Order: sequence, then structure tokens, then C-alpha cells
Amino acid sequence: MSAEIGTAEFPGLGTTMARGGEGPAPVRIVVAYGFWIFLLSDIIMFSALFASYAVLSGQTAGGPSGRELFELRHVGIETLCLLFSSYTCGLGVLAVEHRRLRGFYAAFALTFVLGAAFLGLELSEFAGMVARGAGPSRSAFLSAFFSLVGLHGAHVSAGLLWLTFMVAQTAVRGPRDFVRRRLLCFSLFWHALDIIWVALLTLVYLMGAH
Amino acid sequence: MEEHAGHHSASSGHAPSIEEHEPSGSLVTYTVGLAFALLLTAASFIVSQTNLLWEPGVPAGLAVLAIAQMGVHLVFFLHISTGPDNTNNVIALAFGVLIVTLIVSGSLWIMANLNSNMLPPSAIMQMQR
Amino acid sequence: MFGKLSWAAIPFNQPIPMAASLMVIVGVLVVLGLVTWKGWWPYLWREWLTSVDHKRIGVMYVLLALVLLLRGFADAIMMRSQLALAAGGAQGYLPPEHYDQIFTAHGTIMIFFVAMPFVVGLMNFVVPLQLGVRDVAFPVLNAISFWLTASGALLVNISLVVGEFARTGWLAYPPLSELQFSPGVGVDYYLWALEISGIGTLLAGINLVTTILKMRAPGMTYMRMPVFCWTALAANMLIVAAFPILTATFGMLLLDRYVGMHFFTNDGGGNMMLFINLIWAWGHPEVYILILPAFGVFSEVIATFSGKALFGYRSMVLATLAICVLSFTVWLHHFFTMGAGADVNAFFGIMSMIIAIPTGVKVFNWLFTLYRGRVRYEVPVLWAIGFMVTFVIGGLTGVLLAVPPADFVLHNSLFLVAHFHNVIIGGVLFGGMAGYAYWFPKAFGFTLDRRLGAVSFWCWLIGFYLAFMPLYIVGLMGMTRRMQHYADLRWQPYLIVAEVGAIVILCGIVATIAQLVVSIRRREQHRDRTGDPWNGRTLEWSTASPPPEYNFAALPRVQSLDAFWALKQRGPVVPAEHYESIEVPSNSPNGFVTAFFAVVTGFALIWHIGWLAILGLACAALTLVAFGWMERIEKEVSGEQLAAAERTRLQQATPA
Repeated sequence: MSAEIGTAEFPGLGTTMARGGEGPAPVRIVVAYGFWIFLLSDIIMFSALFASYAVLSGQTAGGPSGRELFELRHVGIETLCLLFSSYTCGLGVLAVEHRRLRGFYAAFALTFVLGAAFLGLELSEFAGMVARGAGPSRSAFLSAFFSLVGLHGAHVSAGLLWLTFMVAQTAVRGPRDFVRRRLLCFSLFWHALDIIWVALLTLVYLMGAH
Repeated sequence: MEEHAGHHSASSGHAPSIEEHEPSGSLVTYTVGLAFALLLTAASFIVSQTNLLWEPGVPAGLAVLAIAQMGVHLVFFLHISTGPDNTNNVIALAFGVLIVTLIVSGSLWIMANLNSNMLPPSAIMQMQR
Repeated sequence: MFGKLSWAAIPFNQPIPMAASLMVIVGVLVVLGLVTWKGWWPYLWREWLTSVDHKRIGVMYVLLALVLLLRGFADAIMMRSQLALAAGGAQGYLPPEHYDQIFTAHGTIMIFFVAMPFVVGLMNFVVPLQLGVRDVAFPVLNAISFWLTASGALLVNISLVVGEFARTGWLAYPPLSELQFSPGVGVDYYLWALEISGIGTLLAGINLVTTILKMRAPGMTYMRMPVFCWTALAANMLIVAAFPILTATFGMLLLDRYVGMHFFTNDGGGNMMLFINLIWAWGHPEVYILILPAFGVFSEVIATFSGKALFGYRSMVLATLAICVLSFTVWLHHFFTMGAGADVNAFFGIMSMIIAIPTGVKVFNWLFTLYRGRVRYEVPVLWAIGFMVTFVIGGLTGVLLAVPPADFVLHNSLFLVAHFHNVIIGGVLFGGMAGYAYWFPKAFGFTLDRRLGAVSFWCWLIGFYLAFMPLYIVGLMGMTRRMQHYADLRWQPYLIVAEVGAIVILCGIVATIAQLVVSIRRREQHRDRTGDPWNGRTLEWSTASPPPEYNFAALPRVQSLDAFWALKQRGPVVPAEHYESIEVPSNSPNGFVTAFFAVVTGFALIWHIGWLAILGLACAALTLVAFGWMERIEKEVSGEQLAAAERTRLQQATPA
């Protein structure tokens, strides 16, 4: 029996593949998986803030509560903006995988616009609340609200910056392997932000205003 | 007994050509996902703002709709499936969901319990006199 | 212009901090001066500071840990001396405001900048080698992680010279840590140092989870992975799951302090218990993050030096995964006495007792591995046996504390302090020292001096028992933790014994330093040319000592557990006819530069120097963008170079 060390085709590994024995995964899978783990860690960070919000949501310290402050029409438009931006992001990734660059630029431009609209609406909501004396230092409830929703908004802002960078890099370097890997990671990030928004919408706004 | 030749390093930047990637989604997948998500969003707003659902059931209803929509995103946008290549992804997700559940429900249970053991404000005021 | 910073920040009027600061500054200047005079900067920059090689990064982590151990231990011996003196009416030599900073710094440094880097460093060095691959999944991210951790350590040490440290204990409970009761910069130093290093740790966790799950040598199925890799996987899964909670919780405290929010304040509806709840939801998994890799080290060491396969591999794996999940179900036991009802206390008390069971399984497996083995009493085995006795005692006191009514008597007493030092020193530190002794020859190509290693071990073991067993007794007698002085003179004899113990441990530390110096001087006598000085079982021993940058010329094909042992049974290894060329990631200053800006930003935020904070953050962002924009150029190692290296290695190893 020979002490075989590594052959290019890994023959005879058969069932070992099912149990994780096929050797190191291709770079694209490694990168996507690592990013997925990062997203899960980010979701756990949000869940700590969600837990804090749930605990503190009744602590209005004599100040305004969610029911008085939340405008659901406004929130509905934000939701649609973010959801559609997730859709256009997905289309953009499809386009770049099929090397249809004009479709990619269009889809990602739309994604940016919709994401920026979401952010603008959210900032105006915050500004309005602060102007009414319902800023984050008014009460524990408002601290939790501003931090939770604000953290999500900060992620969206970072995402828009990343989007800009990726469009620039795609334009200059072309849709090469490493660029498409990063676009895949960006899309995972953007979709995850929409998932977190679903939780935010439900737990903070819809239950709060109910 | 000999060692045979090596193969490509895993730390290299090249994926072998046999692993040319097939995009997991398609126009259909994303559009169907969008449609479901829109429906579920509308349903959430309706449940919250109208009397369609029996009042005490509204939080549960909203939770169900939210979980369903998160599932729609995971399946149609993030392409999480139960295929053999995806096992690690699903296990990681399951672990994440477990941790989130433990943290959120554990915190709520503990904090509610602590709260219920607090003296009523009148008794605290008395003690401070 | 400079925020809250002024010359008053330097402790000119406090002799002890001033002396300590001067020592640190002189020490740093001496090291920097030596490096400059000897012209080592190009070498250091090229080979270490910009390295993305997991082996180099692992060594730097362990070095960081050992250096910070000196600082943390200095704090410890100061505390022991203070308590040995300050009995009855005596006040000792450390005023309360200073003593509070010392015990806070001691805990913070020991957990975050000694124990964590030690285990992360060992995992970093060993896991890719044991998995039979060339590096971790994301080498540049690995470097960034290390340098962010070092940044946190640097910030904590700057607080010694400029400003002050927190006086809140190592977990900074509000309301004491809120602005109202800690208006100084101490808590800010603490928070920013840990937020920055916490990001580093989280990224390392993501890196290692991905590596272990997605990158193993062909044929290495999950059940053929070494046990150390299983414990590393569990520990890193816990890092990924727990550290975000730390980031969020400290973030909320920072928002309270900087923006006037009301998460944990007295007023505005804040809830201090929320902080305690969340911080321990992180804190309990954290201790399992520390101990699981130590368990892994002992599994490897005991198997290798018994000359037998580890007993009960499957049950070890299951026990590890059970501990991983269960560690998220016990956290309330850190605050049994703080207002929860009997039902909540009972649940968490029972879970805390259940979590002891898988650890018991592991202890039995180690004992059964040693049984009927041909045990070689090398230094790592001494640490292992010391661990088994010491950790079991510590675990027993832990299960005792897990009983809520008992905890009502013992919470925050020195009994508790003795318990957690028992398990952390007996478990994590002994594990780190065992790993250090075991893998040092692999990292540097020569073994450590055996006699000084034994001296170090015996000093640590005897010193530990002298230092901490009296604390159990004095805790039962009613002494609370974190006391700067005490009235009951009956406690003093015990505390004097404890001080003696601390001095014996100091001898152990000195012996470790001496061992390193002596071993380096005598390295040619201790040189290991075989790559396998211990007759090891796992793949890291199949490489040269130290391994080449690329670890393996050709990835090994694994056909069983204990892959290297199986390989050795099949007969001598001959180099292959032909090796394909490989690519190796080139160095990157990304980590070092990012960390530099992290320190600047952290310092600026601590001192409320607005323009500098913005500048630092902008530069950090620019670094990210710039390095992301540039394309990474890989280095190629040709087949011929690989073949030549393999031939040399096998020639040198032949008289095996």
C-alpha cells in the first residue's frame, strides 16, 4: 500500500466527500461562507439590541411612546424602497454573472437610489422626532429605538458606500473573479439588511403602533 | 512507497476551471420572491392596522408573517436551500437562530422576572424617606 | 483643541503609577532602541509586522499574551501585598482609588489580553497545520485581527501613563460605570480598548470557523479531524456567537456616556440589570471560549505522550459540541443574588450543573488514555496532570456555586475569586503553558530546556495552591472580593500565605523567562531536525520545524484519524518525483496600518478630541478602501523549489 499524498483528481474518495473529505473548497465558496458567518454574527449583534429594545420599550419616562410617534405610512414607503432595492440588487448580481454589464450598472444605480431614499426618509423621521423633543436622550425607550433603528441605518449607509466602491471597481477592473466574489458578498449583505428590516418593522413599528 | 505529486494550493486566488460557478438565482426566483415579500408586507400592515385578526392574536400573527417573510428572503434572495452543498449554510443558520432565540427569550424572561420582584414605586418612595 | 487632554493626565503626583509608567516607558524605549541599533527594522517589518502567515501571527499572539501576563501579574502581586498588610486598622500602601484601578486592570488584562490571545494564538498556529492546509481562510483578515487585539492592549497600557483606568471591576457594571459616577476617562479607556480588540477577536472567530469547516486536506472528514481542531471549532463558534453581544452592550454603555442616552442610567427609565444580563450572556460563553482550546491541547498532549490514540474520540467530539451549546444556557448563575425569582434561579442552577457533565466525560477520557499507556513525563504532560487535579477541584467548587442558596452566601466572596482563578489558571493557563512547551519546537526548530520547564511548572503548581486555597477558606469566613482593607484580623494569616503563593508563582514566571533565554542560547544542542521531536500523531509533525511558509509542499491525503501516525506506520516517506507550483499570499501592511489608525481613533475618542477622532476614522476607512482597491499579488513557489525543500527536509530527518 502506498502512502499516497494528494492527487489532482482525488480518486477513491467517494463517500468521504459526503462527510466533508473532498479537500479545501474553492475560493468562491470559502469567501461566501465566511461572509455568511459574518452576517450571522451581525444578526446576533442586532438581537442584543432587539432584546434591549423589548425590555426598554415601555420605559418612556413620562415622554412620548411609539404609538404617538410612529407614522406607518412613512414606514411603509421605507419598507417598499428597501424591498425593491433588494430586488434590483439581486438582478444586478445576475446581470454581472452573465456579463451583462449595462444591466448591472442600471440595476445597481437603482439599488443605490432606492437605498438612499430609504435613508433619507429615515433621517427625516429621526429629525422630526428630535424636533418634537423625542430625541434619544429623552427616555430609555427612545434610546433603544434610535440605537436599534439607527444601527440598521448605519449599516445601510455603509452598504451604500460599499456599493459605490464596487461599481467603481467593476468599471475599472472588469467583472473578474475577485470582483464578482465581492459583489456576491455585497448582495448577501444587502439582502440581510432587508431581513433585519422585516424584524424591525414588525417588532418596533407594527407592534409599537398597534 | 512514494508520495505522489501535489495539487493546487487552496490559498491560491484561482478557482479551478471545473468549478465554474453557476449563478444560484434567476429572474424568476427573484421576482417570485419579491411578489411573496410584497404580499407578506401588505398582510403585516393590514393585520396591524385593521381588526381583521382577533385582537390578542395580533402579535402572534405579526410574528408569523415576519418569520415567513424572512424565510422568503432566505430562500429566494439568499438561496439558502437544503441541497448537499448547502448543509453547512443551513447548520450555521440553525445555530444562529438558536443563539438569537436563547438570547432574546432568555433576556426577556430574566428581565421580566427581575421586574416583577421590584418593589412598587410607593414602597420605594417610603424607603427613601 | 485637545478635548479633555492636558498635562494633568500624567500622574506626576502619584509615586506608584509614576514609577510604573517610567518602567514601562524605559522598557519600551530600550526595546525600540535595541531593534534600531541592531538594524532589525527591515527584517521585523518584512517577516513579522506585515506577515499574513498564520504561524507568524500565532507566535505574535502568544508573545503578546506572555508580555501582558507580566503586567497582569504585577497587578496581582500588588493586590496580594496590599491585602497581606492592610488588616485591622492598617491601610496598606495603595489608596482605594488606585487599588480599584489595579483590580480592574488585572482582570481586564488577564482575560482579554493574556488568556484570549494565548488560546487564539495557539489555535492560529496549530489548526491549519493539523488540518493539512496552507493557511487560514482569510490570511490578511488574520493579520488585521491580531493587530486590532494588540491595539486594545496598547490603549490599556497607555492609560497607565496618560490618564487613568476604570475603577469599576473588569466588567464595568453601571451605574458605577456611567458618566454620573465615573466622569473620568478610565471607563472610556476600558470600553474603547475592548471594542477595538473585540472586533479583532470576532474576525478571528469567523476566520477559523470558515477554515475548519471549509478547508481541510483531502480525505479529512469531520470525524478524522484532530480533537484540538474540534475544540477550536467549538470555541470559534462561541466567539462568533458571543462577541457581537459584547460589542452591542459596550456600544450601549458608550452611547449612554457620550450621547446621554438612558440604557443603563439611574434616570430616564434605564435598567442596570439589563447590562448585567447582556454582559454575562457574553461572559459565560467567553470562559468556554478560553477553556475549550485548553481542553484540546490536553487531548493532544496526553495522547501523544501516552503513545496511544485518545480514548473515546466520538464522545470527546460530542462533549465538546454539548459544552458549546450549553454554554449559552447558564449565564444567570453570575447574578443569582440580584433579584431573580426561585424559578429562574432553579433553571439556570440546574443547567449550570448539567454543563459539568460533558467536562467530566472529557476527564475520564484523558484518564483512560493515560491508563496502560507508556507515559513520557515531558513538560507538557506535567502541565496536563497538574491541570487534571487542579481543574477538577475548581470545577467542583463551581458546581457548588451553581446551587443558588449556596451562592447567596458565596457570591462575590473570595470563595468565588478562588473558584474562577482555580479553573482559569488550572485550566486555561496550564493549557497555554502545555501548548507552549509542546509546539515551541515546531515553531522555532529547537526544544525548550526541560529542567527549567519543570521548575516553572512546580512553582506555578505549588504557588497556585498556596495563593488560592487560603482564599476559599477566607471566603467561607465572610471576606468579600475587591476589598482594599479589612477589619477582621483572623483573615490576615491566610492572606499572608496567599502572598507567599504569589511570590512562588513569580518564581515560576521567572523560570519561564529564564527557560526561554537559556533555550535560545543553547538552541543548537536542542535543535530538532526531524520535525517530530515528540513522536506525534497529527499532521503538524509531518512538516519541517519550523514549517516553510506554505506548510506542505503537497497537501497530504488523509485516510484515517491521527493521520500522521497512520502515515508513519506505512513506512518511510520519500519525496515525490514532481511537485506542482503553488501560490502563497504576499505580505500586507494592511493589519498594522489599520491598527495604527484604530489606536489614534480610540485615543481621540477617549479624550474627546473630536477632530482627531474623525481624522483617525477617516484614515482607517481610507486604508480599507485603498487596500480593497489594490489587487493582491500572490507569490509563486515553483515546483522545483518545493522539490528541493522537501529533499533537504527528508535528508535531515532521516536518522529517525
